[in-house]
Amino acid sequence: MTAPIAPTVTDTAALAGYLIGLGDDALVLSHRLAEWITRAPQLEEDIALANISLDLLGQARTLLAHAGEVEGRGRSEDDLAYLRSERELRNLQIVEIGNGDFAVTIARQLIFSAYQYELYAALLGSADERLAALAAKAVKEVAYHRDHAIAWTLRLGDGTALSHGRMQAALEATWPYVEEIFDPSDIADQLAALPGIAVDPATLRPAWTQCVRPVLTEATLTEPQPNRRSRGGRRGLHTEYLGHLLAEMQSLHRAHPGVSW
Amino acid sequence: MNTLTAAATSLDRLRAAAGAVCDPEIPVLTLDDLGIVRDVRWGEHDLAGIVLVELTPTYTGCPATEVIAGDVEAALRAAGAPAVRVRIVLSPAWTTDWITDDGRRKLREYGIAPPGVGHPAGAVGLILSVRCPRCGSGRTREVSRFGSTPCQSHWTCRDCLEPFDSFKAI
Repeated sequence: MTAPIAPTVTDTAALAGYLIGLGDDALVLSHRLAEWITRAPQLEEDIALANISLDLLGQARTLLAHAGEVEGRGRSEDDLAYLRSERELRNLQIVEIGNGDFAVTIARQLIFSAYQYELYAALLGSADERLAALAAKAVKEVAYHRDHAIAWTLRLGDGTALSHGRMQAALEATWPYVEEIFDPSDIADQLAALPGIAVDPATLRPAWTQCVRPVLTEATLTEPQPNRRSRGGRRGLHTEYLGHLLAEMQSLHRAHPGVSW
Repeated sequence: MNTLTAAATSLDRLRAAAGAVCDPEIPVLTLDDLGIVRDVRWGEHDLAGIVLVELTPTYTGCPATEVIAGDVEAALRAAGAPAVRVRIVLSPAWTTDWITDDGRRKLREYGIAPPGVGHPAGAVGLILSVRCPRCGSGRTREVSRFGSTPCQSHWTCRDCLEPFDSFKAI
């Protein structure tokens, strides 16, 4: 019989880092979707995107608060959200790129919610209890996000010539960010340090493809074959979009340190 | 009455007080109707004399959660609790199956279609027809999967033509 091994300092750092990556994805996408409020093509979509944004914000708060506690440096969820600069954020690049037109936002929602659904479904079995508890809650929320994205992809793709063209263009614009989602190389150290806790994103790829590909076919859309790909979000490399997003998101907190409402 | 019975009685009273708090966004429902009060108990050791409450959010980002926590604290203090500490717990995840039959009836009377039971796990959810809470017609149409609060979707009735909210099954 071996005694349970107490978590080492490295494990704590790895776990905090892993949680921050997932939390930053939810935080940044939440902010992007909130930008649609008052600008969506229909009132119902204002409400839908705001609801999805709110779900993601709730997930981000849980993940970042947990990360702050694991890390043990006294950083709160607010400190992590509002007081880190661009290079300190660990989100995937797909969540930070500009909203584009409504089709681009829907394409991103399709790609990301299909991934996030598989991620949370896999994290249900995580040995980290708080992470597993969040996953159990969030997977139900994300099922709705994914349904929403699928319904719009079908409607736009298999709609008019104009909506089809714009949906196809949206896929071309967002597909270069797909590879990065499933690339484990930037978090290899975390995955090695957190067996049974973290999920290797590469293992989620087959289920993601199984979800997304039939939707594109039914929507009469063609899966793009991009000749470029994004990389590096998980180690703090970002597109020019993120700095502008953070400037808006963090300005109040930075102008009034410690403000709460 | 011995002290143990007295403590049990007062705990029952405190549980009832917490469960009777109304949801701030759907005020016809109490927290007991929603099934979101997980536990009410006396703290022990260094938490002796403090009433510990565990609540579960309907959605992780639901802004009502913090309001509810404040309302519960106020209700318990009014019911005689010397000090209250509310904790939000996520696991096991809340499901609409926990809404009581009485809660479902109140929702219908309030004009909100109650949730169906269960949700097809894993599969892409089917949009099942929802009965109009006003005229009872099954000829309804989903306008948007997302409604006025995180837990509702927006529908309209083809027969009485009234729009209505429906509680999403999760």
